[in-house]
Amino acid sequence: MSAPYRLRIQKRTEEVPRWLPMATSIGAIVLAFLISGVILAIIGGDPIRTFRYFYNAAFGSWGALSDVVVKATPLLLIGLGCGLAFRMRLWNIGAEGQFYMGAFFASLVPLVPLVDMQTTPRFVILVMMALLGMLGGGLYGFIPGWLKAKFHVSEIISTLMLNYVAVFWNNYWIYSEFSDAGFQMTPMFPKSAWLPRLADYAREVKAFSGITLHLGVVFGIIAAFIIWIIMTRSRWGYEINLIGDNPQAARYAGIDITRNVILVFMLSGALAGLAGMSEVSGVVHRLQERISTNYGFSGVIVAWLAKLNPFATILVSFLFGALIVAGREIQPSGLYFFIQGTILFLVISSDVLLRYKIELVRTAPEAVK
Amino acid sequence: MSLEIILRSGLATGTILLFAAIGEILTELAGIQNLGVEGMMLLGAMAAFKTALATGSPWLGLLAGIAAGGLLSLAHALVTIHFQADQVVSGLSLTFLGTGLALVLGEGLTGQNAPLIPNVTIPLASKIPWFGRIFFADLNLLVYIGYLLIPIAWWYINKTRPGMHLRAVGEKPAAADSLGINVYGVRYFYTFVGGCLAGLAGAAISIAISPGWYSNLTTSGQGWIAVALVIFAQWNPMRAALGGYLFGMLRRFMLDLQGPMLLFGMRNPFFYNHNLVFFLQMMPFLLTIIALVWGSASARRQRIGAPGALGTPYVRGERG
Repeated sequence: MSAPYRLRIQKRTEEVPRWLPMATSIGAIVLAFLISGVILAIIGGDPIRTFRYFYNAAFGSWGALSDVVVKATPLLLIGLGCGLAFRMRLWNIGAEGQFYMGAFFASLVPLVPLVDMQTTPRFVILVMMALLGMLGGGLYGFIPGWLKAKFHVSEIISTLMLNYVAVFWNNYWIYSEFSDAGFQMTPMFPKSAWLPRLADYAREVKAFSGITLHLGVVFGIIAAFIIWIIMTRSRWGYEINLIGDNPQAARYAGIDITRNVILVFMLSGALAGLAGMSEVSGVVHRLQERISTNYGFSGVIVAWLAKLNPFATILVSFLFGALIVAGREIQPSGLYFFIQGTILFLVISSDVLLRYKIELVRTAPEAVK
Repeated sequence: MSLEIILRSGLATGTILLFAAIGEILTELAGIQNLGVEGMMLLGAMAAFKTALATGSPWLGLLAGIAAGGLLSLAHALVTIHFQADQVVSGLSLTFLGTGLALVLGEGLTGQNAPLIPNVTIPLASKIPWFGRIFFADLNLLVYIGYLLIPIAWWYINKTRPGMHLRAVGEKPAAADSLGINVYGVRYFYTFVGGCLAGLAGAAISIAISPGWYSNLTTSGQGWIAVALVIFAQWNPMRAALGGYLFGMLRRFMLDLQGPMLLFGMRNPFFYNHNLVFFLQMMPFLLTIIALVWGSASARRQRIGAPGALGTPYVRGERG
């Protein structure tokens, strides 16, 4: 006799319930931690202790929480940029390189220096750095966009290759022209090139002492609002959405796809560049090697996990900030990558639940009583 | 700097790219794009090194590397074939997953010495003047396996019945399905084969050609270069092999440029200012982009494109 129940998998014809996408994302994250725990246990670790440690390292104190937001800031900006590009089905995997170029361009202001660092108001210096950071990232985003639009070069490969190029470019300058007495870093920026931090106001508010939270996070939140407005309220956002959904229809509608590919790539790069500026000006205060701990790639995951929604990006980048802060404390160090990869895998797998309805149905007719 | 050394070094390091690129060609011909090559290679390199170290047998290490790459690729196959997930995102997460797993399981392997796949001289062929000394003498066994793989892969893809089925599935899965070809099965199989070859490429690094485990620097982006090579090669194993060898030679050439005080009769700038080497290190990546621009242009001219159904999930009974 066969089982009285079976799984029926059917394509969804009606609207997906509003709560479902969020539920599958949260489910995927929970499952990813469970799987990582099992792997940890298999290789002889203690998952419960590790995750409790994880939790305390990220949320245990105000200082830790502030660290989480600091780490979330570049992820937020990069995630917004990647999300924008992905909306048009442009695979910008090059945020890492755009981040480095943004950091490099922004650093030119205090390093060259482009203006007198003593007399120029701090506000002017910071605005210049932010604009140059966006310019650097934007120009670096222009290259793959242009290659894609004009020569049909796969942007996945070109952005990846440019990531490596940007790191070597950065290395050249910090090892030679801008090196601090032969060390592999530039001298520390003067205070006027630092983004204001809460710790700077410790004299007025006692609780702020040691809190490293800086102004960069405000950039991120403003950027999220702007992207949301562009995508939902503007003609340009409509064009981007249309190209992403149906490039053929967009072409017939007379939308200039070449121009939009380049523009979206530049804006995506500019956001990553701003993240680079915020990192050197708000956290590191100098240009050096490894200013990014894989922000560029994590940003891709953040964007996808947030389903390309700007506000969800804020939440998800916060979660990943916590993952980074906790991840740098635990060994083995690869666990952080592993959890990220697993989360992403589960999220994209769970998308099947949005497209198909899976239900338990009775195969045998009700027994006649 | 000698031509001989550059050629031989190119053959050795090119073999790594060749394995990974041919694997990716097979996968892509079935219509599945797997961007996780870098992750599969790294996991393969770790598994091969760790197994060789533990068992004392490089052969078991080689098998472990191949198996590790293959097993990881099945995750991509499941998610993209059955769950119809986006192949780009799935491939990227595979890279994360493979890198993470390799780093977690590869803790403490750095600095150890594992038994290696030996270098071999082919008896008769190595006696051919000049040619034999370069192509058939004292090269790693895997280099020769690479020589064999190139024509076999080409013949298999273009001349055999399963090769035809493979291409049909990648071009027009619905048509292939109507002829009774198991589209899902074929796609699973070649994703797995691609993963195995990526694992082999990783093993070729860690226990054969540039031995050792240096965490994620072991592969240092070669998986991505292999993916680029596939596009440049227009899905032809012969061109992929040629590209791989050329790329290997180029890297050696870049390295050799740094040594001498005089370069072409002039003061060698790379010798006197070591920081300029960073620009040399950029070159492989910039050249990959240039090769892609050129490759994409010539592919369009000759109307050779990616396999028709590349990146599109196949659902039986739906309009493709």
